[in-house]
Amino acid sequence: MKKILICTALVLAMTSCAFGAAFKIGGTGPLTGGAAIYGNAAKNGAEIAVEEINAMGGDVQFELRYEDDTHDAEKAVNAYNALKDWGMQVSLGSVTSKPCEATAAENFADRIFALTPSASSAAVTEGKDNVFQMCFVDPNQGSASAQYIADKKFAKKVAVIWKNDDVYSKGIRDTFVEKAPELGLEVVSETTFADGNDNDFSVQLTDAQNKGAELVFLPMYYQPASLILAQAQAMGYAPKWFGVDGMDGILTMEGFEKSLAEGVMLLTPFNADASDEKTKSFVAKYQAKHGEIPNQFAADGYDCVYAYKEALELAKATPDMSAEDICTKMIEQFTTMTFNGVTGENVKWAANGEVTKDPKGMVIKDGAYVGLD
Amino acid sequence: MIFLNFFISGISLGSIYAIIALGYTMVYGIAKMLNFAHGDVIMVGAYVCFYAISRYGLNPLLGVVIAMAACTLLGIIVERLAYKPLRQAPSLAVLITAIGMSYFLQNTALLLWSSNPKVFPSIIGRGAFKLFDGALSVSHVTVLTIATCLVIMIVLSLFISKTKLGKAMRACSEDKGAAQLMGINVNATISLTFAIGSGLAAIAGALLCSAYPTLMPTTGSLPGIKAFTAAVFGGIGSIPGAFLGGIMLGVIEIFAKAYISSQLSDAVVFAVLIVVLLVKPSGLLGKQLQEKV
Repeated sequence: MKKILICTALVLAMTSCAFGAAFKIGGTGPLTGGAAIYGNAAKNGAEIAVEEINAMGGDVQFELRYEDDTHDAEKAVNAYNALKDWGMQVSLGSVTSKPCEATAAENFADRIFALTPSASSAAVTEGKDNVFQMCFVDPNQGSASAQYIADKKFAKKVAVIWKNDDVYSKGIRDTFVEKAPELGLEVVSETTFADGNDNDFSVQLTDAQNKGAELVFLPMYYQPASLILAQAQAMGYAPKWFGVDGMDGILTMEGFEKSLAEGVMLLTPFNADASDEKTKSFVAKYQAKHGEIPNQFAADGYDCVYAYKEALELAKATPDMSAEDICTKMIEQFTTMTFNGVTGENVKWAANGEVTKDPKGMVIKDGAYVGLD
Repeated sequence: MIFLNFFISGISLGSIYAIIALGYTMVYGIAKMLNFAHGDVIMVGAYVCFYAISRYGLNPLLGVVIAMAACTLLGIIVERLAYKPLRQAPSLAVLITAIGMSYFLQNTALLLWSSNPKVFPSIIGRGAFKLFDGALSVSHVTVLTIATCLVIMIVLSLFISKTKLGKAMRACSEDKGAAQLMGINVNATISLTFAIGSGLAAIAGALLCSAYPTLMPTTGSLPGIKAFTAAVFGGIGSIPGAFLGGIMLGVIEIFAKAYISSQLSDAVVFAVLIVVLLVKPSGLLGKQLQEKV
C-alpha cells in the first residue's frame, strides 16, 4: 500500500548560462510526499545560490536540476538515473537519509562526486570516498544534543521517543543514549514507534511522565513530533522538548497551532536570526522569493552550491571535464579546504565525508525560531 | 490507575477503529464485497471537512455535514463507475478494482491537495474530562467517537431490520437473484449501501483526524487496514461485531505496547487475530453460514 505511484512532476530549475558552458549539478529530494518540506527547501536554497553565482558571472557557472524522489529509495535511484542521463557532473545526492543511502551507492559506483545537503545517516558516507555531507552526521547529532542538554543543565532525567524503522532516528538515538550517562543524564524512559501504524503516543508519553522525565528528546521528523506535542498537551504533560534538525519545518505545517511548539528546543546548524551579512542576505532573498523564513535544509542546499563553487575554482575545473575527472579533483579539494557558509564558519570535512562545524541551539518562541545562545 | 489510563487510551484508539470498521462491515454485509477504498473515502471526507473548517471558517458541525454530502456523492460516483459494471464479475475482479480505486483516490488527493501534511482542527477541541482529581483523563474526542459509534450502530441496525429498504438490503445480501425475482431493484439497493457507507466514512474521517490531527493523502490507508482487521475480528458483516472488534483491537494494541513492547505491538495484535480466527473462523460475532451445494 505504501509504494504509491506518484505522478512525478519534472521540476526544472532553469538557470541562465550566459556563456553556454556550465557545470551540470543535480540532486534528488522529496518534492512531494510526507517529507516534501525538506526537499523543496533544499531545492529552493540551492536555486538561490545558483542564481547568485550565475549572476556574478565568474568562471564557474551552474545548471541545476532537481528530481523528485518522494523520500523513497527506489524512486531516488530512478531519479538519479534520469540525472545521469541528463549529464550530471557533480551531484547533490539526496535530501533525506534513506533515499540518499541508495543514491550514494550509485554515486560511488559511477564516480560522480556527491555532497548531500541534509542526508545525515552515517551509512550515507560509509565506505564511499566521494560522498560528503553538508549536515552533521546522525551520531554527532545525538552526542551533540546530549552534550548541549548537559551543558545547559536543562534536565537530569530524560525520556527518548524514537522511530524504530528509520535509520535517521535510530542513529541519533543510539549515540544519545550512549553518551547521556557519561554526562550525568539519566535516560529514564525509552519508547519507540514505527511508520504509519502509530498515531497514538499515549503509551510513550505516559511512560515518560510516570518515570519523571523532565525533558523529552525527539530524534524524528516534525510530522510525528506534531502529534506528540498535541497529545502531551491533551494529557496535561508539559516537559521540556528537545528536537534535532528534523524538527525544523514544524512551524510551516498548515493548520499547526504554533502555541503547541512554544519552548521546543532544537539543535540545528543554521539560525535565520543571525546578524551576519551572509545570513541576512540569504534570508531576505529567500523570503522575497518563497514568502517564508528559510529553514536549515534551505541553508544546507544554499551552502552546498557555494562549497562546490569554491572547490571547483580551487581545482581549476572546467565544465568540459568528465564527471570522473571532476570527482577526483573534488575529493582532493573537499578534504583540504575550509569553507565559510550560512550554516557555519570554518567548515571542514574529514576524509570519510563527515563535516565538522558548531551546532547552534534554537528555541521556538512566539511562533518563530530564536537562537538560544 | 496506570492500568486504567492505558485502558482508556485503548478504548479511544479502538473507538476510531470501530467507527471505520462500521463502514467496512456494512458494505461487506450487504454487497458482499470488500471496499478497500473505504479508507481513502475517509481521507477525502477529512480533507473536505478540513477545508470547510480551516479555509472557509465554517462551523465544525456544518463542515462534517458538507463532508458527508461530498463523500456520499463520491461513494455513488465510485460505485457507478468502478463497481457497477462488475456486478456479474467474479468477486476477485471487484476486489482488485477496489484496490485500484484506493490508489486512484490517494493519488488524486496528492495532486489536488499536495502531500504536505496539514494539521486538522479538532471538531470539538482538545479538552478532556478529568476523573479522580486528574489521575484519569478521557478526551472529549473519545467520548464523542464512542457516542457516535453507538448512535450509528443503533440507527443502522434499526434501519436494516425495520425499514423496507433495509429489508431489501438483507434480501440482496442473502440471494441477489432471488431478490431480483421478488421485484427488488438490486442495483439501486447496492448503490444505496455504498452511499450510506461513504457518508459514514466522512464522519469517521472527521473523528479520526480530530483524535490524530495529521492529514495527508495516505491518512486513511493504514487506519483503514487496521479497521478492516477489526471488522474481521468482530465478524465481518456484523454491525455490533465491528464495534466490539474495533474496541478490542485498540485495547489489545495499547496493552501490548505498554506491557510487552512498543516495537512488537502490531505483531501481538495480529497474533491475537490469528488465534481468534482459528478458534472461531467467522469472527467473534460473525454468523456461521451454511453454504448449500
